[in-house]
Amino acid sequence: MPVDASLVGRTYPPTRPYPVSEAKVRELAATTGADWDGGPVPPTFPILLAFEAMNAFLEAEGVELARIVHGDQKFRYERPLRVGDVLTAALTVASVRSIGGNDVIGTTSEVRDADGALVCATSATLVHRGGAA
Amino acid sequence: MTLEAGTTLPTQTFVVRRADLVRYAGASGDLNPIHWSDRVAMAVGLPGVIAHGMYTLALAARAVATWTDDAEVLELGAKFTAPVVVPDDDTGVSVEVAGEVASVEDGRATLRLTVTSEGQKVLGMPKAVVRA
Repeated sequence: MPVDASLVGRTYPPTRPYPVSEAKVRELAATTGADWDGGPVPPTFPILLAFEAMNAFLEAEGVELARIVHGDQKFRYERPLRVGDVLTAALTVASVRSIGGNDVIGTTSEVRDADGALVCATSATLVHRGGAA
Repeated sequence: MTLEAGTTLPTQTFVVRRADLVRYAGASGDLNPIHWSDRVAMAVGLPGVIAHGMYTLALAARAVATWTDDAEVLELGAKFTAPVVVPDDDTGVSVEVAGEVASVEDGRATLRLTVTSEGQKVLGMPKAVVRA
């Protein structure tokens, strides 16, 4: 079992600094059919940071991405994201439970700006589907 | 739109096709093959390719932006309780986002959402809090 309770409380190194660009905001907004014109950055944007932090965590623990199903995701914003922000995310393993042959991993990630100020706190539950892995 | 507790928000419908998932995969960086390969999705026990939960949540967030005229979002979240299976055809599948204003207090409006596909709820307790 690649994921076990000994990981609870561990915080992984922050992701490399990520500059929020107009092009990326427009590209992500367009996936929902929106034509972004300089308005608010879509609130799901920090998933880019959280996802990179999650990938680094899975890679560090040798977990195959295709066996992960996303159980939930919650965001709490300290302030709106802005084009020009340079952000990092650091993931902490909050909980690991084994339910019906699956590992259910609770994570939290803090997204911070270049000054180190918290922009967004996000939590995700990752379900690692057991089986032949 | 003025946000008043008890207001029912007009349901918004989005059509999701396989190409939308490929586009979202590229834009988000979530290249998990369960969102574009039936072969891999079925190998891990899914009924077929499923939408990224975050894509469904992004559609819900777009509905919130439309309802609230781009109000500042303070909180957003949901459980991904049922998969949205997206067939490899030209029709795709519909996702409906309904909502109501649950409360307005201290400058914060809480919107309780209901997100369904094919008549089934696909998000658990989807919620957004916006600055009112």
